[in-house]
This record gives sequence, structure tokens and C-alpha cells, in this order.
Amino acid sequence: MLDVLEEKETGTKLESKVPEGPLAEKWAKHKFNLKLVNPANKRKYEVIVVGTGLAGASAAAALAELGYNVKAFCFQDSPRRAHSIAAQGGINAAKNYQNDGDSVFRLFYDTIKGGDYRAREGNVHRLAEVSVNIIDQCVAQGVPFAREYGGALANRSFGGSQVSRTFYARGQTGQQLLLGAYSALSRQVANGKVKLYPRTEMLDLVIEGGKARGIITRNLVTGKIESHSAHAVLLCTGGYGNVFYLSTNAMGSNVTAAWRAHKKGALMANPCFTQIHPTCIPVKGNYQSKLTLMSESLRNDGRVWVPKTKEIAEKVRKGEIKAKDIKEEDRDYFLERRYPSFGNLVPRDVASRNAKNVCDEGRGVAPTGLAVYLDFADAIKRDGRKVIEAKYGNLFEMYEKIVDDDPYETPMKIYPAVHYTMGGLWVDYNLMTNVPGLYALGEANFSDHGANRLGASALMQGLADGYFVIPYTLGDYLATIGPADKIAVTHPAFKEAEQNVQDTIARMLAIKGEKTAEEFHRQLGHIMWEYCGMARNAEGLTKAKKMIQELKKEFWSNLRVTGTDLELNPALEQASRVADFIELGELMVDDALNRNESCGGHFREEYSTEDGEAKRDDENYTYVAAWEYKGPGQPEKLHKEELKFETVKLTQRSYK
Amino acid sequence: MDIALKVWRQKNSQTPGKMVDYKLSDISPDMSFLEMFDVLNEDLSHKGEEPVAFDHDCREGICGSCSMYINGRPHGPQTGTTTCQLHMRSFNDGDTIVVEPWRARAFPVLKDLIVDRDAFDRIVQAGGYVSVNTGSAPDANEILIPREVADEAMDAAQCIGCGACVAACKNASAMLFVAAKVSHLAVLPQGQAEHQLRAERMVAQMDAEGFGACSFTGACSVECPKSISLDHIARLNREYLGAKLASNNA
Amino acid sequence: MSWVTTTLSSTLGRKVVMSLTGLFLCSFLIVHLVGNLQLFKGDEGRAFNEYSYFMTHNPIIKTISYLLYSSIIVHALMALVLTRHNQASRPVKYAYAKPEANSPWTSRNMGILGTIILVFIIIHMRTFWYTMHFGPVVLNGETITAGSIPQVTYDGEPIKDLYAVTVFAFSYLWYVALYVVSMIALSFHLVHGFQSGFQTLGLRHKKYSPLIEFLGTYGFGIVIPALFAAMPVYIYLKAHHILF
Repeated sequence: MLDVLEEKETGTKLESKVPEGPLAEKWAKHKFNLKLVNPANKRKYEVIVVGTGLAGASAAAALAELGYNVKAFCFQDSPRRAHSIAAQGGINAAKNYQNDGDSVFRLFYDTIKGGDYRAREGNVHRLAEVSVNIIDQCVAQGVPFAREYGGALANRSFGGSQVSRTFYARGQTGQQLLLGAYSALSRQVANGKVKLYPRTEMLDLVIEGGKARGIITRNLVTGKIESHSAHAVLLCTGGYGNVFYLSTNAMGSNVTAAWRAHKKGALMANPCFTQIHPTCIPVKGNYQSKLTLMSESLRNDGRVWVPKTKEIAEKVRKGEIKAKDIKEEDRDYFLERRYPSFGNLVPRDVASRNAKNVCDEGRGVAPTGLAVYLDFADAIKRDGRKVIEAKYGNLFEMYEKIVDDDPYETPMKIYPAVHYTMGGLWVDYNLMTNVPGLYALGEANFSDHGANRLGASALMQGLADGYFVIPYTLGDYLATIGPADKIAVTHPAFKEAEQNVQDTIARMLAIKGEKTAEEFHRQLGHIMWEYCGMARNAEGLTKAKKMIQELKKEFWSNLRVTGTDLELNPALEQASRVADFIELGELMVDDALNRNESCGGHFREEYSTEDGEAKRDDENYTYVAAWEYKGPGQPEKLHKEELKFETVKLTQRSYK
Repeated sequence: MDIALKVWRQKNSQTPGKMVDYKLSDISPDMSFLEMFDVLNEDLSHKGEEPVAFDHDCREGICGSCSMYINGRPHGPQTGTTTCQLHMRSFNDGDTIVVEPWRARAFPVLKDLIVDRDAFDRIVQAGGYVSVNTGSAPDANEILIPREVADEAMDAAQCIGCGACVAACKNASAMLFVAAKVSHLAVLPQGQAEHQLRAERMVAQMDAEGFGACSFTGACSVECPKSISLDHIARLNREYLGAKLASNNA
Repeated sequence: MSWVTTTLSSTLGRKVVMSLTGLFLCSFLIVHLVGNLQLFKGDEGRAFNEYSYFMTHNPIIKTISYLLYSSIIVHALMALVLTRHNQASRPVKYAYAKPEANSPWTSRNMGILGTIILVFIIIHMRTFWYTMHFGPVVLNGETITAGSIPQVTYDGEPIKDLYAVTVFAFSYLWYVALYVVSMIALSFHLVHGFQSGFQTLGLRHKKYSPLIEFLGTYGFGIVIPALFAAMPVYIYLKAHHILF
């Protein structure tokens, strides 16, 4: 099935299909060269879209508008609940409405640099180009972005950039963008071009004749296993941050669809590239089920600091003194001190790592020792409480609800937490995986953020892929195969896949062991966070690999799933997802072990500069590591896609 | 703290359900309400009983999944809060907490505390959008929208679609939900072209789903996690009446 | 279906009917009150009787009165239809509900309050309107209105002495109590109903909504029912020489 990958002894070369020519003309040229499906023929094609977040909902809506018949699936009870909804801060676009020197090229450059030179130039430039169309489209849909008094759109700044290009709707930008995409999707449901399958989870991909032909799903209410066939399958299933158990992802966010596609042949690229977001509410107790993000936009006005000395920090932890008792000269505004030009607005990976370092030095401020202050006192003094309230009111409220502490009075306590995964299914410039007819969009693919994503770029990428890339690139594939190239759900390939899914479920239910999926998940999360989290080293990773393998063995012999398969059974859903997380965890460790360099979110302690910054190895690792599944218990095979930089010069990232 | 729970258990939509008592000890006041349920469910699983099924996802108050009727109020005693953002510090040691699913004809129970809220999706499908195809939008700043108008639209648009308004209303009315969408698009220039049709269709679908009428008790707005104002219901009424009297639609 | 039937069969359309009839009844209350205030005039009922005469003989008023009667009927019937629909919208009730935490009692009990008022209106109309038009009322074998409508003559013109009927009726304590209780129900009904009527019509604006709220709460909620209740009390006390 991987005939696109011409096998050689040393692994294969992956073809990114980024078109030749000057960077700024690649996408325009490519669009012209792509085949078109004539309007009358579009209705003869069926497309499956799995996931209804920003990427999925926008893709489903845009494709249906073109005339394709779309089936949209989500595990939530409504497409509107996909986790894109929780994105707070904003969405970037190179509009240069602020006249502050922004341009498509600057957004491209910031993103490539922010990603520590591990993303494709062509993809990223395209992303920057279409970013401006996204804002237009969303405004036309009625997304209530923040405005100036005169009625023009307002912007704010985000980490990793020195211009203001982030559009926002209070602290609920993701919600408003998703509801915009959801409304476009709903319109197509009403038009009869999209059929919705809520509370339906994809459990397998069907491949026949080397092409993606459809999916196997489980109806989460009745438990029924069903087959759906189509000309193409789009996985818009988000990231896999929940492999760490505790993350800012939703409880249901999972890797299952992507992982099952991976097991059917799709390559998983750069799985170890995970983003640890610096500003989250710290962990409080061992019952904790998830972590809550405090938008990066807070770093516009909040100052990050810890006490200068361990002794003072110790007193804070014991509750003997409070933040406001600490004198100005006893405070260390460590980001401002180390990175004077970007200050508190350094990229996420840098901010997170520095927070971890000061806590490791014993200067953390929560009883656990794992928290730094994010202080608004100066901003409130400068702008007044009203202004701060207007900007961040809902975030402050949320913080107070969770922590029971008033951030207007006492500084917030924050700590880094897993937030986003830059890695994902390998895709070419057309967003197609190595499996013909199988596409991956949004966070589910690996393509645009390299080793670290800049703030407010996830929303941009999800919508770029869905609204402005896939409508062009999918047509090229469909026109090539023709409307007749589809198999029925009665085909043995579907029956076999259905049987496999049923067998796996039956196997889980039959174990009747002692430990719940929740317990396995928690255990996996501990291993991943400890050894494959903010800082990694070869020794720890090797240890982690062994621990994960043991955990996997125990999972399949000691799992307890209550209830049956033919009913609504959240315990079964969870077990099925945790099984995939465990396998993914092992691959992440392999990937992290393979990459003997530090870049972006992947920080290998062995590879750092003298002042503790990430040290890349451009000579040996300027490639995308794409892994091929080789069967149960077999090591995965590494394929490399060389990253060619024609426009930017690789330098050490500096935010000083 | 020690907590006694009375929880609605129902196997599926065909089987009648009942309240079941549970006891939990060593609950931390810093736990969220759903984390308390996680503890209960782990206990039940270890005893070989089926855990309580409930909808939840983001656990940060924005996805609108969680939907528990706690001690006689949707999302519990704290206003402006979803169930997932409610913490056990809102209760006292030794409290008995009654937990039920949303109750409405249009929201049938699927299992335990999970209800089917597809009716909301169908209402949005009836007209909760601006008909604009991808790619046909003018430059975003060509549509100037005064800040207070954008703010008003945002006040309505932040509805999370959880259904607490329906659960709180003595008539199980969905007016606040429908009003939030109609109002959001009615105040914006982008929504003008279809504002009459939208109000008419969404109200017709709301009625067809079997939601009750608005009695202006204000319960919906009080219990709304986003505190969406009754002003929007007035606007919906205005939009609907205006459309019925002045539009060319049947 | 025509647009009229579509509108009237929608919940919103039905609420509009409730609102329009309700607000019309509110406007009637003002006229009725102003007229009945003549009872307080110490003129042995002359102003009151002349007012009653005018009300029963002016053709415009007579036409409006039929509109009034039908409004009461439509308001009540529509309330019944809506209540049944609303109850059907929640077939399974909550085991434990705490509605007092989120809404005023009056807003949740408009049906009960309305029913009390409807019963009151029937008794009230039987006592006065019916007697005025058709003769005395007999209850439990006892004539509770004046045995026959007496006549009075003002400036040589004989007219029916409704004042005497009124004084007679309000000489009974239980009858006075019935009125007072009903006016309390009316008060609660209007505190919510008046504002609700404007809400249903979409007439809500931060500039003038406070005025509607003020009028609804103090005008229709307190002053009007209180003045209405004061009449039977005043007459009773006067008839029994207690205070006046």
C-alpha cells in the first residue's frame, strides 16, 4: 500500500509535492495546475469528514458549498462542541491593519522561526497568504470580532511576534470561529449537502486497492458498528495532547481516528513535537482531571516573576508571606531579564522552559513548588482596573472560579501544561497523507508549525486548511480518480474492518481485570510527562519506553470495562482511546530518542547551549521524521522528508 | 468532606429510571463537581457496577456539554457557572446533593444524566447562519461595526448551547437559546439580509421540537452560564412579530 | 395555512395575543378605576350613578365593552392553550426543583392568579353587571343584592341606583374579603403581567424599560389594586359606622 514510498535500504524519501518556483508564487501557481471537477460532476462524489472542529467544520461546509456530498462525523453530541471552541486568545492574520510593519512574509517568517525551522516553507507561506481571507470570511459569517470605536477591527499582540496581528472575540475567539464554521455547516445540513453523524466515533479506516475508501464507526448511543464509504476521507480529528492525561485538551480529545489510520499505513510525523503552554492553572490535587489554560494574551499585560531567592520562595510556599509582601528588589522578572526585546512575549516553548527552570531551582511559588506568578498589578496601576477587566474579565473570572483567588488583588499562579501537538499525520502540500484519498487537516496533521506553534496560529491553520486549501486540493484527487472509483460498504474490505473493530471491542470487554482505563491513562500520563515532557534525555526516554511497554501488557491483561458494547458506554469509549494513546506514547518516545537535538518544544537536555537554550542540529536533523507502522510489537520504520529552506536562513532563534 | 448523592439512573431511553443513593467520603473542596463524579465512577467501576454516564468534554465552561440539574437548579447553586466549573467548595460537609438530567420533551434522556440535545442543532439548521459561501467575502474592514454593536452581538453570540435555559424554565422553553442566535445576527449588518426569514424559521423549528412558550420568568437568564440577557428575547419577539407582519414569507 | 393562522398557532404569536388582550385589559382597569373612584365622593352616590348610566348607554362604550368581554375570554382561553402546551413540554418533572432561586413566584403562577381573577370577574359581573341589566342575585336562598334595582331621580331624570346595590353588596364582610383577596391576586398578576406584555411585544429598551417596570410594579401592581380594594372596605366600614 505504501507504493508511493519507494523502498530503499535506508528508508524512503517522502515527496512533499511543494511546487517549484518563487515562494510567494507557489500556491497561486499550484492552484492553477490543480485539476478541477466540473460543477455537474461534484454531486457524484462523496467525502467523509471526521471531526467537526475548525478544520472539519470548515472543510465540510466549504466542500458542500462546492457541491460535494459530505458526511460529517463527531464523537460529541453536536459539532459545535469540538474542542476548537475552547481556544481563547485569537487568530493571526497578516492584514497589517495596524500599519505596524506586518506582511504575509513577516507572518510566514515569524511562523517558520517560531517553529524553530522544522516546518515546510511552502506550507507556511501559503498559510500566511490565506490568513487574510480567513478574517474576511469569518466577519462575513457574523463572527463578532472585537472592534475599535470607529468600527474597524481591533488587534492585539501575541508571543513570538513584534506586530499586532491577532484578531479576537473577547477571550472566546475559538468559540466564535467554531460557531461561525458550525453555522456554515448547519446551513449545508439544511441544504441537504451534509449529513451529520454526531455521537459517532471513527474506529477504523478502510483501504482497498491502495486508496482510502471509507471508515468504520461506532454509534456511541446504540453501540452499533457501521461502515461508510466515500471517494475520500478527511481526518480533522485534532491533536493527541491527552496522551499526557493532564492537558488543556477536552476530556474526549483523542488520537484514535488518526492512530487507526496510522496502523493502516498512514505515516505519523514528528510525534514528539508537543507544545507545553506556559500559562495554565497549576495542578492542585491527584484527583485532577484536566488543566485549564489562561490565554497567552495575558502575557501582553501580565508580568511573569518568581522570588529572587529560594529562601523567600520557601516562605511563600509555606504561606508565611504573600506575593505582595515581596519587595520589588526581591523579585525576578526572569523573562524580561533574559529576553529584553521580547520580554514576557517570548514564544511558548521558551516561556515554559524558563518557568520550569526557575521552579527546578526551588523558586516556585505554589505549595507543590510548581508555579510562577503572572502579575497584573503594574498593568492595573497603568491602565486602571476597568481597562484590564474589559480585556481579560472573563479569564480572571474563570481563574477565580477554579482557584478561589482574586487575580485583581493577588497575582495569578501559573505553570506550563500540555496544550497542542505539532506532530501528526504526515501530509504533502495537498494535505494528503501517503495513503491516496486520505487527508489530514488542522492539528491532526503535522505540517505548518514545525517544532513549536506560535500563539493564535492554531485557529488560523485549522480554518486555512478547511476553507481555503482542501477545496482546491481535494478536487485534484477526485478528478484524477473519477466518480466511479468507489466501493460499496458490502465490499469484503469493509466487512473485514468491521469484524476487526468488533473483535477489539470484544477483547477489551472480555479481560474483566482490576484496573479501569482511567487508571491506565493516568499512569501513562505520568510516564509521558516525566520522561517525554518539557525536558527529555536519552536515559529517561529509554526507561519510559520500557515502562510503556509494560503498561501496554498490563492494559491488555488487567483492564476492567463495565457494561456492554451495544449501549451507550463511556467506559468502553475511554478504554478504546487509552489503548491507542499507549501505543502512540511509545512512538513519541521513539521519535524523541531519534531526534538528537533540541528544537522548539522538543528539548533534549543533552543538546543545549551554554545559557540553556535549545541547540538545534541542522546538519543532521533538518528533516521530518515520519513513522510507518509495521505490525503489533514491531518497531516502526522511520522515513525522512528533507526540509529545504530556499528563502529563510537557518539561525539560532533569538528573542533576546 | 462527606457527601451523599441522589443520582438519576436510567439504562436507556426505553427503560424507566430512578433515583439512586450514593455516599462519598474524603471529597476535597477544591475538586470540581465533575471530578467528584469521576471519584464516584471509579468507585463504582471497582465494585463492578456501571459508572454514571454524563456529558462532559472541555471542562472549562465553554463547550456546553455538561448538563446536570443539581439541587434543583441547572448547573448547581453558583450563577454564571457550568457544572464543570462548579467546585465542591460551594457545598458543605455532610450535604445531600440531588442530581438529575435536564428535563424536557425535546431533550429525551439517553442514559443516566445524558440527554439528546439534537433539537438545538436542528433549530440552528433552520436559519441560524448568514448565507455566505466561502471565498465570497469582502475585506473584513469594509463592514464597519461600532464597538457597542459588536459587543452586543458578542453578548448574545457567547451562548454555549448547553440547554440550561430549557432546563431552568418552568415551560422548558428554548427562547433564550433561539433569541441568542437571532439577536446575535440581527444586530450585525451581515445578518440583515436574512433577519426576517431567520426569526420565522427558527421559531417555527423551536415550536416543532416541542419546547414550551416563554413566560418571562427570567429563570433562563439567571441560570445561563453566560448570563445572556432577556433583552435578546425581547429582540427575538420584535424580530418575529416584525417579520410576520412585514415580510413576504408565507 | 395563511400567515395569520401560522402566526397564531406559534407560541410567539399566542403570546402576542396574551399580551395585546392583557394590556387592553390593563387600560380598561384605569377607566374602571377612575369611574369607581366616584364611590368615595360623599354625594350619596350621585356621581357614581351618573357614571354608570353613561357607561351603560353610550354606544361607543358599549361597543368597547364587548371587545372587553371577548378580551377576557380570549386571554383566558389562550392561557389555557399555552399552559397545556407548556406542561406537555416537560412530561417528566424534576424530583427536586428550586425555582425560587431563579424566578419570582408571581411569574411562575400566572395561571393560578389568573384563575382567581377569572372567578372573581364572574362573581363581580354577576353581582353588578347582571343585576344592573337583569335583576337581583340570589345566593343560598338569600338575596345578596338589593331586592330590586331601585331608581333615583337626578334633575328629574330617573336612573338605576347602582350605588345602592353596591352599598348593599359591600355590607357583607365575606363579600368584602373576597374582593380584597381578589385584588391581591390581581396585584401579583399585574406586577408580572404588565411588564411581560411589553416584553412579548419586544418593547424593551434600557431607556424606557425602567418606566414600564415602575408602572407595572407600583402603578398596576400596587396603586390600582389597592384603590380597588379600598372601595369595598370603605363602604363596609361606612355602612357599619366603624370609621366613617
